[in-house]
Amino acid sequence: MTLVLEAIVLGILTGGVYALMASGLTLIFGVMRIINVGHGALVVLGAYLSFAVWRALHIDPFLTLVITMPVMFVLGIVLQVVFIRPLKTDREGLSVLVTYAIALGIEGLLGFFFTSNYVQLRVWYADSSFPIGSFRITYVYLYGFLLCLAILAAIFLMLYRTTFGASIRATMLNRTAAQLIGIDVDRVSAIAFGIGMATAAAGGVVFGITNAFNPGSHYDLISRLLTIIVLGGLGSLRGAIIAALVMLVSEDITSVLISPVWASFVFFVILVLVLLVRPQGLYGVRVRDRL
Amino acid sequence: MRSLPRLRLIQGAGVVAVFAVAIAVPALAPDPATTNIAVFTMMYIGLATAWNIMGGYTGYISLGHAGFFGFGAYALGLLLARFGVAGGYPPFLLVPVAGLLTAVLALAIGWFALRTRAATFVIVTIAFMFMLQLLAENLVGITGGGGGLSFPIPNWSGDFFNTPYYYVMLLLATVGLGASWLIRHSKFGLGLLAIRDDEDKALAVGVPTRAFKLTAFVISATLVGMIGGVYGYYVTYIYPQFVVDPLIGISMVLMVFLGGLGTLSGPVLGALILEPAQLWLAYNFGASRLYLVFYAAVFLGVILLLPRGIVPSALDLLERWRNRTGPPASRPATPATPAKAVAP
Repeated sequence: MTLVLEAIVLGILTGGVYALMASGLTLIFGVMRIINVGHGALVVLGAYLSFAVWRALHIDPFLTLVITMPVMFVLGIVLQVVFIRPLKTDREGLSVLVTYAIALGIEGLLGFFFTSNYVQLRVWYADSSFPIGSFRITYVYLYGFLLCLAILAAIFLMLYRTTFGASIRATMLNRTAAQLIGIDVDRVSAIAFGIGMATAAAGGVVFGITNAFNPGSHYDLISRLLTIIVLGGLGSLRGAIIAALVMLVSEDITSVLISPVWASFVFFVILVLVLLVRPQGLYGVRVRDRL
Repeated sequence: MRSLPRLRLIQGAGVVAVFAVAIAVPALAPDPATTNIAVFTMMYIGLATAWNIMGGYTGYISLGHAGFFGFGAYALGLLLARFGVAGGYPPFLLVPVAGLLTAVLALAIGWFALRTRAATFVIVTIAFMFMLQLLAENLVGITGGGGGLSFPIPNWSGDFFNTPYYYVMLLLATVGLGASWLIRHSKFGLGLLAIRDDEDKALAVGVPTRAFKLTAFVISATLVGMIGGVYGYYVTYIYPQFVVDPLIGISMVLMVFLGGLGTLSGPVLGALILEPAQLWLAYNFGASRLYLVFYAAVFLGVILLLPRGIVPSALDLLERWRNRTGPPASRPATPATPAKAVAP
């Protein structure tokens, strides 16, 4: 029982990171109607950027975000303008290929600069922990969770309390109508992609502190993130967050009750079960036309 | 339309000539390095053609076909091990059985996956691919897990070794192209194109969309599974990450997009251009992982410069050249136009 309880707590703590990464992905989908298959690679890129900054400046890996988040934000805008904006016809299909190509390019470049050996971001307090009841929680998991929570809160405030957030939500609801009332959807799309990338940078730091990673790590990440956003309903932030927590908690419970090798399998089992009942995902809206 | 019979004749002659060249390849260039490239190119012609039956005709983009490819390879390998078949020609006879098993799997996966559409479908196919990869890894008792699975090795001489594989790949590619052509010229194929253009309207006018989509999905996956089986036998040793490789899945998609989505000759053209290029990049830059960057660059160039593919773009050009005296062809720019449905 204690093991299960511990798994639940750990699942929620790691689920926070996945919630943040999946929010970026689902935001990008919502605004642009594109599936960013490269999101996992962007998270790994964020982790490597932090790794490079950390190695050069010897500061706490969490602090590297001050540099990597703006860098990734700008990079996101550049990627959107250069590669996503030119897609005029069949955005959904072509965007999958384009973002996949971006993922491959990032994987290749990271492999060239950092080799394919596994690395991990180390904090000096990596092994210190505090007790809760009969088990212990390491501080890094808690800090990572709190960081993700803070960024998620910032995103929600931005979306629901600012004019720019309103234009993002308008674009998500109806691109054409948003354009008609004078919203510059191209600008909104570019900035949304930048925000997605910045969240990937933050997710990357937490991922890199709690996991060893290499340039090929993005396949595992993207399969999980895509499953999460489908489960939550494409384009739904709330759905993504809840789905991330559900998935990670079930994964950790499976890990202790059955076996760690079957942990990721639960992801797919839940996906299949949910699709049987609600093909549109937890919070998705069933669009008769194209979803 | 005045030169239609002549066009037919040229097309027929072209197809015969291409086949003649394809059959003669091992005789023209018998060295193993070249026939190896030929085997892989022919494999991708088959894969791209098979993928196109689902992705091109119905517009449902599956990024998970590498799962069927790997499943076919494992199915054949396990059948060979189970019945103790020695290397040589007999293993090829079991390829259709591997195909049949893949068909059963595709029926089950398709039944789930086709409850969703568009973007969700893409993601669900990716999820199923990783699920199959994980199963191959975890069911150690059946598949050997990460330790991999060995195929029997035929005792053919070095110069001849690749030739039988080449002809079997050619046969499968021909079957795929035949199926693609037949579907294209049938009521079933028209139904698939209607689904691509507007699924709800297709349903409204009486196309049994669900059955049609599932049938196309199963046909496509079965072909991919059989090709995967032959691939496993050719490379003689497989393991989960190697044979359920997302890169294989995306390569066939890219080839179809490069050649022309939903056309008959497009996937062939795409595979003929990209696979030798891919092998060349992997051979020259494989060690440094930089080949992935080159591949990504080719990828991005293709999609941004030729979003509709070579064959439709070339046909457009031809049309415009024919009508150069009249007004320019008033063809809508979207790829999902009925006009595209009559392209070769």
